[in-house]
Amino acid sequence: MTFEKKDAAAKPYAPGSLLPQGRLTGPMPWVIAIMMFLTVLASAAGLALDHGARSLSANVSDRITIQIAEADGAARSRAVSRIVALLGATEGVDNIAIVPEAELSSQLAPWLGNDLKIGDIPVPALIDADLIAPPAEREARIAALDTAAKAISAAARVEPHATYLGPLARLVGAIGWLSFGVVALMVAATGAVVVLAARGAHATHRGTIDIIHMLGATDTQIVHLFQRRMTLDALFGVAVGFAWAIATILLIGRSVAAVTSDLVQSASLPGFAWVLLPLLPVAGVGVAWLSARITLRRALQRSL
Amino acid sequence: MIVQFENVGLRYGPGPETLSDLSFSLDEGAFYFLTGTSGAGKTSLLKLLYLAQRPSRGAIRLFDADIVTLPRARLPGFRRRIGVVFQDFRLVPHLSAFDNIALPLRIAGVSDAQLRAPVEEMLHWVGLTGRANAFPATLSGGEQQRVAIARAVIGRPELLVADEPTGNVDNEMATRLITLFEALNKLGTTIVVATHDYDLLGKVAGAQMLRLERGRLIERPRPAGERQS
Repeated sequence: MTFEKKDAAAKPYAPGSLLPQGRLTGPMPWVIAIMMFLTVLASAAGLALDHGARSLSANVSDRITIQIAEADGAARSRAVSRIVALLGATEGVDNIAIVPEAELSSQLAPWLGNDLKIGDIPVPALIDADLIAPPAEREARIAALDTAAKAISAAARVEPHATYLGPLARLVGAIGWLSFGVVALMVAATGAVVVLAARGAHATHRGTIDIIHMLGATDTQIVHLFQRRMTLDALFGVAVGFAWAIATILLIGRSVAAVTSDLVQSASLPGFAWVLLPLLPVAGVGVAWLSARITLRRALQRSL
Repeated sequence: MIVQFENVGLRYGPGPETLSDLSFSLDEGAFYFLTGTSGAGKTSLLKLLYLAQRPSRGAIRLFDADIVTLPRARLPGFRRRIGVVFQDFRLVPHLSAFDNIALPLRIAGVSDAQLRAPVEEMLHWVGLTGRANAFPATLSGGEQQRVAIARAVIGRPELLVADEPTGNVDNEMATRLITLFEALNKLGTTIVVATHDYDLLGKVAGAQMLRLERGRLIERPRPAGERQS
């Protein structure tokens, strides 16, 4: 007898896998890696833009600036004092601040040079304030304040920040939501990729499946066999895609941190994103597991 | 009786019936040969027996259950009671001879430690102890057939269905395999062997015959009661 009795006695029997070794699903793990990479990036973009839009809206919704475009410097100073007093006496107005001349000079410096003396040219005076009012009353309160300011100086004008930054905040918010739409499409596409791979694996291994079916294997046994391997393939793809995406986000984050623009800074990832983003690979594996299970069960139920 | 067919017909797609008006019964613990010319419908009849097909019409009772209306989810339990030797062997190509033979036991949930001894015994029985780790592609036709037979009988099935089991082996091995089937039969397994080999028919004492011609039974076994009378 040449059957290796000694070896067999020394080593425990290690059964061969009922499915061939190696990947069952061809390029599926790499397609899932790309999907996961794009999904995490789109999610991060969506979260950052949503965060940016919210902070932008919060910053601008109550803020107003009173501009006094008076050429006469003395009259302008008097108007500033009276309007500040008016604002101080108005209910719901808070955080009143006259924009310092130095700040105005620095803002004009790129066009008029660094040695500008603000008194030399008739630059409008600016007063920033918060007008806290219910949204329904806001427009009327701003109009009333504008009328009162104009009564002090015909050159005064109340400008709510929301009129020029509001559309930008809405645009940023809309792009954020669009990113979440892209994430939903990616999840659906990931499911579709797994469905196609499961169908392919089922077709490729139809012979083996038929044999083990005829020997009395249940659908559950066969589904487990494939599902486990397909889930492992998906797990590989998800892990690779997630690692790429996080590395990319960290690199972009470093670049964003180097930009001094408040607008760009506002679109940073909120803290909860670092809890939410790691859930995406878990969800990706879950989608793959479920898609493989449903597809294989349906395919098996077509046979006797 | 273990199997009962009543007016069974089988049709593949829209064509004519492959099997027509089959009515017969098989007794528990008996030995049957199924013969007929090529295309007579032997393999189709075996497919009905090992639950690879349901009939297009008629009634089949197997192990006292109505197979025609049996829910699909219950079929695996019945299949585990049937051993099948396929005409084309149907070995799993990426599994060794050992693992192919162990397959029914693994499917039935037998642990790796427990299946080792019966598989080694089977390998010895079919004369393949030295080829335990060989893959089907490296086995000769006869060796593959012996692996297929060992796989079919390892679970001690109540019904063994074999489609041309001696087609690829020499006379000596054919006699050995038939002796093996007889031994299994003596342990209570009902055996149905489809064959072209008429020499084989005389080798099993008491074996009964089912003869098919153009999908119809022209010779059927007599039930036990009838034979005794």
